[in-house]
Amino acid sequence: MRIYIAKRLLLIVPTLLGAATLVFLIMRVIPGDVALLIIGGDAGHVDPRQLAAMRERLGLDQPLLVQFGTWLWGVLRFDFGTSLWTGQPVVEELLIRLPLSLELAVLATLVSVVIAIPLGMLAAVRQDTWVDYVIRVVSIGGLAIPGFWVGILCILGLVIFFGWGPPLEFTPPWVDPWANLSQLIWPVLTVGYRYSAVTTRMTRSTLLEVMREDYIRTAWAKGLAERAIVIRHALKNSMLPVITLIGTEFAFLIGGLVVTETVFTLNGVGRFVVDAVAHRDYPVVQALIFLIAFSFVIVNLLVDLTYAWFDPRIRYR
Amino acid sequence: MAPRLTVAKTVVKFVRMKPLGAAGAAIILAMMVVAASTQVLAPYDPYHADYGVQFARPSAEHWFGTDEFGRDLMSRIIYGARIALFVGFTASFAGCTIGALLGVTSAYLGGKVDLFLERLMDILLAFPQLILALAIASILGPAIQNVVIAISIPIIPRAARVVRSTALSVKENVYVEAVQALGASRRRVVLQHILPNVMAPYIIILTAQLGAAILAEAALSYLGLGAAEPTPSWGLMLSGSALSYAEKAPWIPIFPGVAISLGVFGFNLFGDSLRDALDPKLRGR
Repeated sequence: MRIYIAKRLLLIVPTLLGAATLVFLIMRVIPGDVALLIIGGDAGHVDPRQLAAMRERLGLDQPLLVQFGTWLWGVLRFDFGTSLWTGQPVVEELLIRLPLSLELAVLATLVSVVIAIPLGMLAAVRQDTWVDYVIRVVSIGGLAIPGFWVGILCILGLVIFFGWGPPLEFTPPWVDPWANLSQLIWPVLTVGYRYSAVTTRMTRSTLLEVMREDYIRTAWAKGLAERAIVIRHALKNSMLPVITLIGTEFAFLIGGLVVTETVFTLNGVGRFVVDAVAHRDYPVVQALIFLIAFSFVIVNLLVDLTYAWFDPRIRYR
Repeated sequence: MAPRLTVAKTVVKFVRMKPLGAAGAAIILAMMVVAASTQVLAPYDPYHADYGVQFARPSAEHWFGTDEFGRDLMSRIIYGARIALFVGFTASFAGCTIGALLGVTSAYLGGKVDLFLERLMDILLAFPQLILALAIASILGPAIQNVVIAISIPIIPRAARVVRSTALSVKENVYVEAVQALGASRRRVVLQHILPNVMAPYIIILTAQLGAAILAEAALSYLGLGAAEPTPSWGLMLSGSALSYAEKAPWIPIFPGVAISLGVFGFNLFGDSLRDALDPKLRGR
């Protein structure tokens, strides 16, 4: 097992390096001069000295490789540069917004797991009945209905029926748990709807496959009650793909965070990305995209390792 | 003699065996018809701003009401179908095809080529789909063709990965060895023997990505990174704060969202049933 872990850890290093390179290149391939864009340019009338100063400030006058090296070196020391929009270090801006996004992510995952797994089980056990169809349609709905539209509908409903106004500042749960919950409940449900839809479908299909296995058939033949079979035997074996799914759906969680935070005007990491892009705040965009990729790779790694831990066959390939 | 399987018979069989999939297909067809007949169906010019009827409620003159510029919402939604379908089909088709070709090449040529391509795909896969599309779209600027490019690029490694694994197992088949022993050129082996046998995963991931591409376009346009005003993209119609329209004109955020949901719903239903039909392990009892 340790060898497997070591191997996988080694493998992600070139991947992360490649991802960093990709992010860096994407940001530099911009058609047009970044410095020019930022200064604004007064209908073609730009002070060349201002331009040169801006380029120097951005470090654009250095050769590409040097720029990359400087950035990478900074990344390794957790220094992502300074935001062009706020003038604060990127790391600081990030740390302010991280708790909200984390809480949103964790709560959404929790909600979806609590709802989705029982629903998926129900649909599998009653396959091809009305229960199954309803659950399937609702969960396909969760995949089809744009997440941000669910959020928009929530806001519509809240404003029209309850005269609700969006909260202005984020209250951490340890300061005032009730306020925190009331702020986050709707975004959590919005993000959680899609998340639980996917988990429901996966639980259902995995449980269906497991129920066809021979050891289940033996249990039926022995005369065990349906409940015992499903819960004690089938469920445990079908949890593995579901766990990996929870890991891989993390990607959609991040994407969901981006749009949902924008819809609900929450001051989280997701909206930070969108705002930074709108402001052409390249150091921030670069840092955030890289960090998102980084966490995505780590989560996938953890998922793979969990899978290998549960299923010894994987380790010895 | 077995009865001949005509197109009509296959369709009827599909409808009977997979009603959900048939419903999905019907929705897709309806969307395509709407997109094709915009001139006939749309009562107004979707770009025409009539400041006399801003925020008009749905009525006989404007079935879906009007938006903040007085543009007829129904016409904009009808034209929006074109954009959704265009982006959806083009982006997923391009992404999946390029990905599939890369996957087959990688699997067939093996060795250094395979290693290099796999590393490249791994790097691309390090980014969540929407995030990568967002980054690319932000560079290219808000325009329809840029959205297509931005959405298709994350699809490439995902399609490549799926097709590559199938191609690897196809490659091991005896008939491939036989045809190679008979002197078939590499091109012939790939085109005539390997490609046809990876069609199943290719179609599966294609249909899976169609709905995702439409959603991605909606999300990107909503964030201001996709279609630009005044293009009638459904996602774009949803942008601007729902808060500001909530009391004045709630129909503005509702109808485009319904359209998007319906479209993706249709694609997902159809894709699901297609996958069930193509994957022998998943057929119901």
